[in-house]
Amino acid sequence: MSSDPLATARPAVELEGITKRFPGVVANHDVCLTVEPGTVHAIVGENGAGKSTLMKILYGMQKPDEGTIKINGEEVAFRTPSDAIAAGIGMVHQHFMLADNFTVLENIVLGAEPTKVLVLDSARARERVKELAAGHGLQVDPDRLVEDLGVGDRQRVEILKVLYRGARILILDEPTAVLVPQEVDELFETLRELKAGGLTVIFISHKLDEVLSIADAITVIRRGTTVASVDPREVTARQLAELMVGSELPTPETRESTVTDVVQLKVSGLTMEADGYRPIPKGTPVSAYADRLRAEGRRLLLDDVSFEIHRGEILGIAGVEGNGQSELIEAIMGMRPAHGDIALGGEDLASWSTLKRRESGIGYIPEDRHRQGLLLEASLWENRVLGHQTRPPARSGIWINRRAAKADTERIVKNYDVRTPSVDTLALALSGGNQQKLIVGREMSSEPKFLIAAHPTRGVDVGAQAAIWDHLRDARAAGLAVLLISADLDELIGLSDTLHVIYKGRLVARLDPSDVTPERLGGYMTGAITGTEEM
Amino acid sequence: MPAGLFRALLTVAGAVAAILVAIVISSVAIIAAGASPQAAFAAFFDFGETERSVVNGITTMINRAVPLFIAGLAVAVGFRMNLFNIGVEGQYRIAAICAAYVGSLFVAPAPIQILVIIVVAAAVGGLYALIPAVMKVTRGVNEVISTIMLNYIAINLAAFLVRGPFTGQRTEGQLTTNTPLLPESAWFPNLNVVFEMFGLPAPRGGGLWGFLVVAILLGVALWVLLERTRFGFEVKASGLNPSAALASGVNPKKMVISAMVLSGAIAGLIGLPEILGDKHSFGSNFTPGLGFLGIAVALLGRNKPAGIAVAALLFGFLDRAQGPLQFASVPPSVIMIMQGTIVLLVVIANEITSRIAMRREERRAAQQLGRNTPVEVAA
Amino acid sequence: MTTVASTKVRKYHLALIGVAMLILLMSLVRIVSGQNDITSSGTFAAALMLAVPIGLAGLGGLWAERAGVVNIGLEGMMVLGTWFAGWAGYQWGFMAALLAGLIAGALGGLIHAVATVTFGVDHIISGVAINLLGPGVTRFLSEVLYKEGTGAGEAGAGITTSPALKSQAPDLSLPLLSSGPDWLGSLERTHWFLLSDLAGILRGLTHGVNVLVILAVLMLPLTFFVLWHTSFGLRLRSAGENPWAAESLGVNVYLIKYVAVVISGAFAGLGGVFLVFVTTKYVEGQTAGRGFIGLAAMIFGNWRPGGLAAGAALFGYADGLQLRSSGAVTSFLLFGAVLLVIYIGVKLRRMLSSGQPAEAVTRGAREYTLVAAAAGGSVVLIWLWMTVDRLPNEFVFITPHVLTLLVLLVASQRLRMPKADGARYRRGEQH
Repeated sequence: MSSDPLATARPAVELEGITKRFPGVVANHDVCLTVEPGTVHAIVGENGAGKSTLMKILYGMQKPDEGTIKINGEEVAFRTPSDAIAAGIGMVHQHFMLADNFTVLENIVLGAEPTKVLVLDSARARERVKELAAGHGLQVDPDRLVEDLGVGDRQRVEILKVLYRGARILILDEPTAVLVPQEVDELFETLRELKAGGLTVIFISHKLDEVLSIADAITVIRRGTTVASVDPREVTARQLAELMVGSELPTPETRESTVTDVVQLKVSGLTMEADGYRPIPKGTPVSAYADRLRAEGRRLLLDDVSFEIHRGEILGIAGVEGNGQSELIEAIMGMRPAHGDIALGGEDLASWSTLKRRESGIGYIPEDRHRQGLLLEASLWENRVLGHQTRPPARSGIWINRRAAKADTERIVKNYDVRTPSVDTLALALSGGNQQKLIVGREMSSEPKFLIAAHPTRGVDVGAQAAIWDHLRDARAAGLAVLLISADLDELIGLSDTLHVIYKGRLVARLDPSDVTPERLGGYMTGAITGTEEM
Repeated sequence: MPAGLFRALLTVAGAVAAILVAIVISSVAIIAAGASPQAAFAAFFDFGETERSVVNGITTMINRAVPLFIAGLAVAVGFRMNLFNIGVEGQYRIAAICAAYVGSLFVAPAPIQILVIIVVAAAVGGLYALIPAVMKVTRGVNEVISTIMLNYIAINLAAFLVRGPFTGQRTEGQLTTNTPLLPESAWFPNLNVVFEMFGLPAPRGGGLWGFLVVAILLGVALWVLLERTRFGFEVKASGLNPSAALASGVNPKKMVISAMVLSGAIAGLIGLPEILGDKHSFGSNFTPGLGFLGIAVALLGRNKPAGIAVAALLFGFLDRAQGPLQFASVPPSVIMIMQGTIVLLVVIANEITSRIAMRREERRAAQQLGRNTPVEVAA
Repeated sequence: MTTVASTKVRKYHLALIGVAMLILLMSLVRIVSGQNDITSSGTFAAALMLAVPIGLAGLGGLWAERAGVVNIGLEGMMVLGTWFAGWAGYQWGFMAALLAGLIAGALGGLIHAVATVTFGVDHIISGVAINLLGPGVTRFLSEVLYKEGTGAGEAGAGITTSPALKSQAPDLSLPLLSSGPDWLGSLERTHWFLLSDLAGILRGLTHGVNVLVILAVLMLPLTFFVLWHTSFGLRLRSAGENPWAAESLGVNVYLIKYVAVVISGAFAGLGGVFLVFVTTKYVEGQTAGRGFIGLAAMIFGNWRPGGLAAGAALFGYADGLQLRSSGAVTSFLLFGAVLLVIYIGVKLRRMLSSGQPAEAVTRGAREYTLVAAAAGGSVVLIWLWMTVDRLPNEFVFITPHVLTLLVLLVASQRLRMPKADGARYRRGEQH
């Protein structure tokens, strides 16, 4: 610890005029940021505003084209993360950077191993890790395999990793995205302890309530540049949101109800086990079987899920990620076997393949477009064919009708405002918003009866978000039944006609979107409010 | 320039650059061996003085290219969907011996006889490729390892069969063992008539193998299948993004099985040009290594039938020069070095050019959006 | 902590019990079939000589794949090793052969590293190219250096062979036990149940063993130590499990992968050297796919040195036995039948004692078919053993491959390859 009073007064991190260009785009320009030591400094911004690029620059993973970085008052130029680590910076990545098949200890010491003549000194490493863990309230068994740990524990390992390297400045990239509420509380407790220990924390998020509760200072990034630095005691979430978006927050709101009384999709008793599908013994009803599984103490990914969606209705599913949303989609799409009944317009889907389900009128906007929605290295028109390879206009007989597919892609590009040089461009060249608009256009093009929209506006710019919302509303008005799954509560409340909350694989509440507040919804999502509520 | 044309030009440029570097490397090897590179490269283009020797050279080159082309096609079907069928080597051997044996058991009118042999070869190859496919689909066994193991099993099995159960009459003084000779109705007519049309003499030996026609038809059919049909689209989708293909209703298990069996069935035909056109039996001196070379040819041709044809002709062209190189006192195995380096350099060039092409596309699309819009890059 | 220690002890004990059971079984089969070569010292000496190249190739695979690079180019690198060992060996003796083979293999590894690590070429594709290149380069060198009229040609070289090695590494034997009075040898010749078998095995492994073979065997524990107990090893394995994590902690993943793949090639080359030692000269094509068998041994051993050693030993034994006595090989059929009978016994006991109703309903049918198949298999094997006098060589050659396929079929879910094995890694680009 330095006794020089000036040294403590210097900002821990000072960024001046940082600019970073990628081919054809500017990810950051003229970013200025000052982080005082011993504080939790939040950086907020929309998805795609340039937060991650900025942090990669600070951590040495990217080099800025212009600008200066000062750490504790001294100018630095990082070439690799090692340089940043040497300067006392540590980063906890959003997607954990852990080797599953290694123990906690191995993960922590990797790259900074204590050795005795080249031989790993496990005893000393274990002692240091235990010491650190005890000192910061981060309890984990150093000899367990990481693959056996839960999400919260993994994050603790990540933080320990950074502390082990003697970091005084911690960057946490969207640390709460994967946590359940209790874990968020525990994380914040840890952060306060770290702060009390004199460490500096840079906290990246777009969850404004969390930011307001933990941060000592907030910097807002919009369109690649810093637009404001504010004091969390003096702003409201609403004001912050407006700073992030730059204008009025586009509130999704549904006009008059278009819900009909024709049931389009009926799901009853949908149940999925965590440890693999086993057929139900003949003659046992699904609910009884699920009861038995529960009694045996098996974990259920989906637990007796039932709902109906009518024509012209948008049914929203709210929930913290990882509570069964993905499994629900996979079950309905026929990509993963589950117990229970699913009927589309009165027809039982149980024995149908994914292809047949799609052909009979199920559209799907996947939650992760790069993983499930696109062929990144194929042209736009080929992506138009994807999922519609058995239906006109893409198909005629055994052939793919290239001309018709291209023409229809042109139509989507025009109607859905997809910005692209041509329909022969590879999908990977498009921005996230344009890719998503293409997917929405594709899924709408076959006039589906029922649409699954999973996080339809995740990672897209505001303009595209508004456009996609409009398309969903129009389709609903035309009689489409929509299952909307989203983490964006405003989107859910604004678009849905009916809202269900999923928690640990169960639908725990059915709410009326017109008089529910984000606060109450959050209570159900985190399990804080129990008991089913009828509207 | 349209994106597709640019990508194609870049690919060709990369391949040409790779071949030039390979020539430089092999020149160094030739100089180190104390021979002259000029003499060596002259030997590659030296088809002889007389019309007859030119015809012979061309025939040798094309006869070598035909099985390589088929092998390349077989490999490419799997590679298109990231399915590494390393087992083409085993599939063609086992198919060739079975087809040669079955064909020797009966006599029928030529078209029927030949058709039966082709069908048997394709069926055996396909069935043999079904083993790794089923292992992958039911037990998740990596096809690279299983096909490598099956190669050795097939090679030894073929050696056993030709020595034991399937062996035929051995003529006096003959060192090799062979399956029984095929009846004449199974001898594929040669294409020497092409040379005669140009007033050239017929080549010696078996002549220009007629199976060339079958190979060309196969190449065209495969191109149509892969580029124009729903099946081809599903193969491509499964290769580029298996999860997206699954979500789009493509059944991944069905695709693995059908692609693998198709690949194996084509592989089954690799040995037929030689059996039907020249040797008329499967013997212990049957040309080995065509399956492994097929992998090289497919990589060189970027898994596209037209490219594979060019690559096969290139390999045939190089292989033909065995004799002339010896006359020029250059070690003929320089051909193997050239082929190996070309393949390695071409795959490296492919990596580089595809990266360049993607970057260009990204830039063009970004320009379309307007210059200063920030875009989140690589989440 | 205590649980970890106790499971380690139990694993070690299990291995010992397993070996003891195996020897007992071999002894039984020997007595029943009357084929003394099953456990003769000659067979085991041959098995050791043949297992070493396979084991070294397997170690080559292990080093590369633990660092996340799939190396099916082992075969090509091994070919390079054999040629250079023959070339250096005939001129300067066995040490030069060792070094030259090692360096040649390492160069092959370097090519693989450049293609896969620097240029991001698919690992399988690069491996295939190296397997083409290896035989090409060696053939070319033979044609240049071993042609008639050269010095090597007069020393007995040809286009496909090198002259014989100038010197061989010295052999070692255990005093008293396997040389001189040769107590183990006399015990072996009595052909007593179990005792003679043990003596034969021990004598085979201790009589006239090449010094370099001992060194090669020591590479196994050395590899285990380096990969699992040094910081370098931890970093290397991290490159195979999650290179992005390693990168984020400042580990130079490119460098690690380069080093690992070059070492991998060196091991493959070394495997080639030992093949040359067996025949005392380079012979074209003498690797005969042993690079791939090494790969198979590594997979058989679940990407771990101990398992790899077991795989190499098994494959080497099959080869050695066939070399010694082709008649003895039919005993494998009996051996397989006995194993199947044991399997059925274990299964039946478990089925009779199990009291899990929920499982039994769905699993029952599957279990019964498995047991029935095993029973059928053992009957067929016994019938084959009684009727077949001589197994064709080809069937012996395919044993390793068939066994590996069976292991993959039965245990592929339990096999654990490094998670990022074969993944395309580029610095700064996350997956």
